[in-house]
Amino acid sequence: MPEKFDVIVVGAGPAGTSCAYTCAKNGLNVLLIERGEFPGSKNVMGGILYRKQMEEVIPEFWKEAPLERPVIEQRFWFLDKESMVTTSYKDLEWGKEPCNNFTVLRAKFDKWFASKAVEQGATLINETVVTECIVDEEGKVIGVRTDRPDGDVYADVVVLCDGVNSLLAKKLGFHKEWKPEEVALTVMEVMKLPKKTINERFNVNDDQGVSIEIFGDATQGALGTGFLYTNKDSINIGVGTTLSGMIKKKMRPHHLLEYVKEHPMIQPYIEGAESLEYLAHLIPEGGYKAIPKLVGDGVIVAGDAAQLVNAIHREGSNMAMSSGKMAAETIMKAKELGEYTERVLDSYRTELYDSFIGKDLKKYKDTAHTFEEHPQYFEQYVPLMNRAMNTMFTVDGTAKWDKQKKIMKSFTEKRGKLGVAKDIYRAWRVVK
Amino acid sequence: MAKTIEEKQYLVRFNCDTKSHLEVKDHDVCATKCPDKDCTIFCPADVYKWEGDRMFVGYEGCHECGSCRIGCPFDNIKWEYPKGGHGIVFRLA
Repeated sequence: MPEKFDVIVVGAGPAGTSCAYTCAKNGLNVLLIERGEFPGSKNVMGGILYRKQMEEVIPEFWKEAPLERPVIEQRFWFLDKESMVTTSYKDLEWGKEPCNNFTVLRAKFDKWFASKAVEQGATLINETVVTECIVDEEGKVIGVRTDRPDGDVYADVVVLCDGVNSLLAKKLGFHKEWKPEEVALTVMEVMKLPKKTINERFNVNDDQGVSIEIFGDATQGALGTGFLYTNKDSINIGVGTTLSGMIKKKMRPHHLLEYVKEHPMIQPYIEGAESLEYLAHLIPEGGYKAIPKLVGDGVIVAGDAAQLVNAIHREGSNMAMSSGKMAAETIMKAKELGEYTERVLDSYRTELYDSFIGKDLKKYKDTAHTFEEHPQYFEQYVPLMNRAMNTMFTVDGTAKWDKQKKIMKSFTEKRGKLGVAKDIYRAWRVVK
Repeated sequence: MAKTIEEKQYLVRFNCDTKSHLEVKDHDVCATKCPDKDCTIFCPADVYKWEGDRMFVGYEGCHECGSCRIGCPFDNIKWEYPKGGHGIVFRLA
């Protein structure tokens, strides 16, 4: 007689572990399957973990979780070759508990988070790949097939949190292969720097962190961003663009990363730092329209596997956690009813679409696509902004009215008067 | 400071399987239909190398990101996860 669980969760990342933790806490018999040597060993993110959605899973987690620094300042750089226009928001309130968000190193954080699910009674099996869902004659998912000998395991419901590649939902026909414009290829390095040096360079103290998002020249005009996040005694520096952008511009991701590291505006921040690790990963950035079928008989999809990422606000881990928790709550209701059909599990889908996840993804449903179709925003406007600042603030005896005329002319020469108006309207429409 | 891809890859721990989890489905497609061979450029770990007449696949250095599977214009890469516990092992982020 093969073993049977109430719930099998595939993948011990933020979505899977939130789901497993919540199910186990509520007394369900949960199996959490992870393909890596340990949870976190296959997982990558730039590094921002949001307090609110994590707190909803584990209250006051910050008292014991392995976190790096609470982010107290979010900087945005519009980068040109030898200049940049910057804006930033700094808030000391964010440095006080409960804080807004934290930088984390995922290999450490995910391992800890999964151990909390185990404490609640979930069974964690590492080093095991789920190769497919086991589907009965009526099309209901009844378990999973793993790459272990005699590796079939059964459950009332299977939650697919297998990450951006989402091979299992694809195999079920919930979505087709992602298109190159629906994923962002991101590479980064973790670089060691003494705590004191980080504090001095970023103007913070030991318990304060900074996130910097970099537009424009960081991606050499392609649709994407560079980033710099402060850990305790290291820095995460990375860059990513849509896979389609990377292909179109024939860029080598690791060359682009070197370009970012050597950029004269960025290099001083990492001067003398030692590279500790190099990581590459995809981010699902297809947005609202790429969300696959989320529910079937006996199966739910959550997290990256369901394309739940808000690329504009670099939110993803929080959506993963919320979706994992919503999946767990739906499963508890299904357990009461004793029915795990698509009809019953569908409340997960409606709840998800009604939450901040569905609403935020809907708000930005056309943004990435529009910026990809109209590359002038990243390619032309960022340099134009920089030239405008240069014109305005270089004291050369020219009258300010003449400077303003020159700036207006630089924009309309590049894009045409109507073109500028159209560009502004288009950008407003996709982010409003 | 790790500048080259070799230096970057040297920072990463791999627990390699003896069998490749990546497979070019039809080598003729690479040779005859695909002049650009984009995978040899966009792969973040330089796993794919064109050897004049054949695509070499250095699966041992794969980050398991999935870009090659999605980015291959001919859907010519059979892509699986390495056996449980094998492949890349991230220690930090």
